[in-house]
Amino acid sequence: MDARLARLRGPVAPKRHNARTIAALTGNPGCARRAVLDAAGVDKEALARGVGFPARFGQSPFAIARGNAFEAMVKADGCAELLRLLRGVLGDDLTAARYTDLDPADGAEDPDLRHAESRTALTAAGAEAALYDHPLLRLRLAGRDVYLEPDLVALRHHGRYHVVEVKSFPVIDGRADPAKVAAAAIQAAVYVLALRDLLGRPEAVSHEIVLVCPENFSNRPVAVTVDVRRQLTVLAHQIGRLVRVESILADLPDGLSLDLRADATGTPTRPAAELAAALAAIGARYTPGCLSACELGFFCRSESGSSTAALGVSVREDLGGVETVDEALALAEATCTAGADRAEVADLLRTVARVYAEATAEAAGTAEATAEAAGTAEATAEAVGTAEATGTA
Amino acid sequence: MTAVVSFARVRAVKTGRAQPIATVRHVHLSPRPLVLVPLALAGEANAPLAAMVGTHPDDDRLLVVPQPRNRDLRFTFVADLADAVLPYVHSYCYDIEHVRGRDRFTGAPQVLVPNAAGVRFLALLGRSTRFRRTDGDYPVAPNVPLLGRWLTFLAERAETPGSAALLALTDALALHWASGQSPVEDQNLAAVLGWIDPPEGLSGADAARAAEDPSVWPPAGPTTDPGFDADVLVPAIRAYDRAVETAGPVAQRRARTAIEEVLRGQLEPTWRLMWRGLDLLRALPPGASVADRWAADRAAFTGFREHVVGGGPPQGRRDGAVASARRLNRLERQLDEYEAARAFDDPLVLAAHRVTGAAFAGTVVTVDRDRRVENANGTPVNRPLVTVATADPVHLGPGTEVVAVSRRNQTGTVQCVGSIVDKTHVTLELRGGMGRARVPPPGTVPDVGERLCYTSVLAGNVPAPPLPDTERTPWTHGGPPVPYEPPTEDGT
Repeated sequence: MDARLARLRGPVAPKRHNARTIAALTGNPGCARRAVLDAAGVDKEALARGVGFPARFGQSPFAIARGNAFEAMVKADGCAELLRLLRGVLGDDLTAARYTDLDPADGAEDPDLRHAESRTALTAAGAEAALYDHPLLRLRLAGRDVYLEPDLVALRHHGRYHVVEVKSFPVIDGRADPAKVAAAAIQAAVYVLALRDLLGRPEAVSHEIVLVCPENFSNRPVAVTVDVRRQLTVLAHQIGRLVRVESILADLPDGLSLDLRADATGTPTRPAAELAAALAAIGARYTPGCLSACELGFFCRSESGSSTAALGVSVREDLGGVETVDEALALAEATCTAGADRAEVADLLRTVARVYAEATAEAAGTAEATAEAAGTAEATAEAVGTAEATGTA
Repeated sequence: MTAVVSFARVRAVKTGRAQPIATVRHVHLSPRPLVLVPLALAGEANAPLAAMVGTHPDDDRLLVVPQPRNRDLRFTFVADLADAVLPYVHSYCYDIEHVRGRDRFTGAPQVLVPNAAGVRFLALLGRSTRFRRTDGDYPVAPNVPLLGRWLTFLAERAETPGSAALLALTDALALHWASGQSPVEDQNLAAVLGWIDPPEGLSGADAARAAEDPSVWPPAGPTTDPGFDADVLVPAIRAYDRAVETAGPVAQRRARTAIEEVLRGQLEPTWRLMWRGLDLLRALPPGASVADRWAADRAAFTGFREHVVGGGPPQGRRDGAVASARRLNRLERQLDEYEAARAFDDPLVLAAHRVTGAAFAGTVVTVDRDRRVENANGTPVNRPLVTVATADPVHLGPGTEVVAVSRRNQTGTVQCVGSIVDKTHVTLELRGGMGRARVPPPGTVPDVGERLCYTSVLAGNVPAPPLPDTERTPWTHGGPPVPYEPPTEDGT
């Protein structure tokens, strides 16, 4: 299978998963295209550019600089500031905790080796408080092991680990952007899951994660605990449901490749149309949420054409589950006959179409009537004006 | 979304043009609105970068912060913004009308921003400025906290269903047109306007796609395009910093002008879109209940102005338990009233209720005009029965109260619902609107053949639960709220 995935990817180094890609995958678990591309480690950003639909979500240099500065401040002096904050959240004095950075400086080390090192460090005996930065985690996903380069600190406290996440979105008056908190929570849940996997004991990792964010409009960090039990359940469920990559691969044509055929300078030379045709062989499930979560969102949108789901999560439900725009309109206008299983849906759509047409016509009628009335009034005014003019004359 | 809106979206895809989902305008539009397009620095909690503000398309005022990380420059910007906004707000504080023993301003400010994110940005700007001190170690200009209070007022008003004091243009447009794209994509003002009013020779879908290119149509803010940040803004701000450190005032001014020019380029397309969208909305006739809702906005404006002039404190950081419960109750009631009023104003909004079976339109088939029954006191009263035949699906149980759109002063109570051939027959007992005569006067009871549209979506009575005074908040809800004392070093 690895050979098959490598062929699909072409002769380039695979991209590694991170918690964000896993969280996004669980956001749309039915998407085979994303599952295969992520499993193969395809550079989706380059691919999106290659097919002529570049992703539009880059991060602003200002946001990156701000995030890095905040994280550096929190982690400065062996995480002194972080430990002070954690004391406020967890109660005990943790200032004596040891800090270990598990990220080798060169960053090119073999992932298996780094993962083993992380395991050794984290499972080492000892119950005293300790902080481990940048452990390399592994998670089994769609029948394959994926490595995670998490940007997290694992805190050991009373023999249990807590996931600590440093984020640069603000908490204002105790409230933060709900979408950002949700994204952070699901990411943290991925880490909790992977950490539990690493340690082999689910009870060794707490379901309460610590989120560190700037407070109000300042740079002052504040720590809060977030219960991620719900996210853990969702994740475990979604990961279990993920279509196995093997079964998707089995249905793909042999020799399918998404190689960009980069030349010596790294410029892709493969024609966009050819690449798009290859990509089309892998089924996608586009929803509007993909635009902000997946690099290929714009490509899949252009491909989805007249799918009702592309118009919003609830549109398809509202229209009784009809899948395409044409079918919905055909049923509504009764130009196609509905089978027995579709009778109810056809009924609903015909009612909607009739009511919509009636209401529009009624409004047009009223507008005409008003215009007519106005016209009459004008005519009267004119007549009066003429009469007056005559009178004066 | 309702089935009608979803159906309209499907039609929009097919026709390549946005489809109407309203036949009247449901929002009040001021003849002189204040259009405000804010931009913020990415990654920061609430660092303003620029704003374009004005009451006329040809009279825009551009405000920028040449170095958004500099606190003094930020507050200079806020003070400039206050100079643009506060005189506009105060210009409505002269003409007063007397209604039911209370004074009310005849006008009120209306602020328009491009999208919902713009509303959130103004709310945060209000929060970050209304507690600022004008004395002490880090004083700000006196109009800064005042602007903060007005922005907070507007942002809180924006949460009220049907309020038009602070509007996001994308939301206002989405209330009247369904585009052939998803609500997520509808947050892009240029794309929505592309669907509603595409340029000559272009379909709505193509215009919307073209509008997504940030190099042609810069995002309507408050966040800027990351590409613009990296390629244009970073070098421009760096040049300004260098000029401040090393060069004289002429070079500084030049660097500042350069930043102003690039930000003007980002803001101007949106500025023009704002006025174009406004013109599209103005072309619709206003709904019958719009004036009432604007009157509520004016009353709230009057009340808040009195609060400010009377030396009242700035709005709290958040509502206490009692205030929250009260506010929630009020919002529920207002939402109920708003939904009902909108359906009465607009047959296309009512259409959505007809699809779900909460309303129906049909023709009167039988009338029992002379029916009289004894009321609870034993007095005989007029209770005519009418039966309406409709093709709509009706999901109303006996006893449900309905009101006809064209006979608002009369209530019908559903007696029975049955189907005959392909029609549904609904029998209603009528009450009210018939005077006190023994026999209902002509015209007060519907005639056979009359077409009527009855709806059960009425402004119900949302009960107000008994709530204690604020200072008697029980300990289960945190006890009486403690007033917020802003830290003096806040904002360093």
